[in-house]
Amino acid sequence: MHNELILAGFGGQGVLLIGKLLAYAGMKAGLEVTWMPAYGPEMRGGTCNCTVVLSDRQVGSPVTNRPHGAIVLNLQSIDKFEPLVRPGGILVVNTSLINRPAVRTDLVVVPVAANQIAHDAGSAKAANMVALGAFLGASGVVSPDLVRDVLAETFAGRQKIVQLNQVCLSKGYEIGQAYAPAMAGR
Amino acid sequence: MAKKLMKGCEAIGEAAIQSGCRLFFGYPITPQNEIPEYMSARMPQVGGVFVQAESEVAASNMLYGAAGAGRRCFTSSSSPGISLMQEGISYLAGAELPVVIVNIMRAGPGLGGILPSQSDYLQATKGGGHGDYRVLVLAPSTVQEAADLTMEAFDLADKYRNPVMILGDGLIGQMMEPVEFKRRIEPEDLPEKPWATTGNVGRAPNIVNSLYLRAEDLEQHNLALGAKYRAMEAEVRHETYRIDDDPDVLIVAYGTVARIARTSIDSLREKGLKAGLFRPVTLFPYPAAALAAAAARAKHVLVAELSMGQMVEDVRAVVAGRVPVDFFGRCGGMVMTAEELAEQAEKLVTVPA
Repeated sequence: MHNELILAGFGGQGVLLIGKLLAYAGMKAGLEVTWMPAYGPEMRGGTCNCTVVLSDRQVGSPVTNRPHGAIVLNLQSIDKFEPLVRPGGILVVNTSLINRPAVRTDLVVVPVAANQIAHDAGSAKAANMVALGAFLGASGVVSPDLVRDVLAETFAGRQKIVQLNQVCLSKGYEIGQAYAPAMAGR
Repeated sequence: MAKKLMKGCEAIGEAAIQSGCRLFFGYPITPQNEIPEYMSARMPQVGGVFVQAESEVAASNMLYGAAGAGRRCFTSSSSPGISLMQEGISYLAGAELPVVIVNIMRAGPGLGGILPSQSDYLQATKGGGHGDYRVLVLAPSTVQEAADLTMEAFDLADKYRNPVMILGDGLIGQMMEPVEFKRRIEPEDLPEKPWATTGNVGRAPNIVNSLYLRAEDLEQHNLALGAKYRAMEAEVRHETYRIDDDPDVLIVAYGTVARIARTSIDSLREKGLKAGLFRPVTLFPYPAAALAAAAARAKHVLVAELSMGQMVEDVRAVVAGRVPVDFFGRCGGMVMTAEELAEQAEKLVTVPA
């Protein structure tokens, strides 16, 4: 098992956070993990991304230009990262903010209206969690229960935040699960 | 202690605390700001001191005072800041003061950029400041190793009464990986330093100084320092990966590039090309004997760095023409991909040398 993932969006959409949650959950699952932010001279409102590697062996390169999957939360991110995903990989697309379909036909594309779903659940701020859930549902790389545990630990004492995020994670997970057979077929 | 997911910078900071260090002096600069940030929060919790100095020059001289008084202390900075500290580092080496200096390298020269680089290798390993001196240089490749080597750095600094540098790059500083701290030392458990200037009561005065105006005395001092640097050879350390079958290409790399190389080597091996890695962990002293032995069994040596080619000078000196040595570097903050590095290695074996 070796998964290199890129998570990308606007600064403030929480892509670094879902990357950390994923890495933490991977660590709890007994995997070797690395989380690497793109830390260049970014500007407010600019794009933001991180790489997460989950592996059953020692992680080599902490950066990748051929990820096994990507979660893209805005238009700039799909433009930049869709071409890089390895054939057969997963592309989670936030259709709330991305008004074009994915071009690639050799990927398992998981469209999810992350902002809308999160808004309906209580706050559009949790759109990142919907997208992460969708990715976990389709890929099965780590159990969503582990991410729920990490959420509870990360936001200990802030029950409302934990609850909202866990709900959004589950909603995304259900959507993603519909694509799990497509992934398994690859 | 359970494993925690930490940034390299934070792991270095926590490792310093677990080593009994209670004094940090520094000045902010990207990409190592998480170290002073972490220390500013942690030092007050453990009864330690965090000082944001007025400059890097000041920080290096604060180290001189604190180390002279016998206390474990450290600073961190990134390339341009480390340049500013060079006067202080030369004085620390001259006065034989044990300190730990962390350089999370960014691209240069001048202000350069904030992205990762390995272009301070020569500065770190060949002196940096004026005068005949060396600092011990340790180059971590993972967050766990950044923590482990920081803890060792304090011990080595005390053992040799010499500055020890942790040489990382922006990737090591910024990436998060699981880390555990394998031991905890309290400041009061550390051995006494009988040479330190702790207040002259009931003993002959101790002097911490790097000024020797009589040439005869300074030469003796230089000779003693030289002997000490040779004694440090006992600390050489390296790691190898998949070199047991006489590789076609031996990649020599340290820090982040070494782990990129591991990925390249795995993909080259899948294609049937015998590639292996030699990773120096100590950059000074350099693991010359082990590298010479590994290179002797390889057909080609490829040195990979995030620079225009600095460590390659040491590799060429060690290999001494017995095997062709090629170089591949990216610079300016660009980081090579595993594919790029693998392509370079492949070229060496497919095109006759």
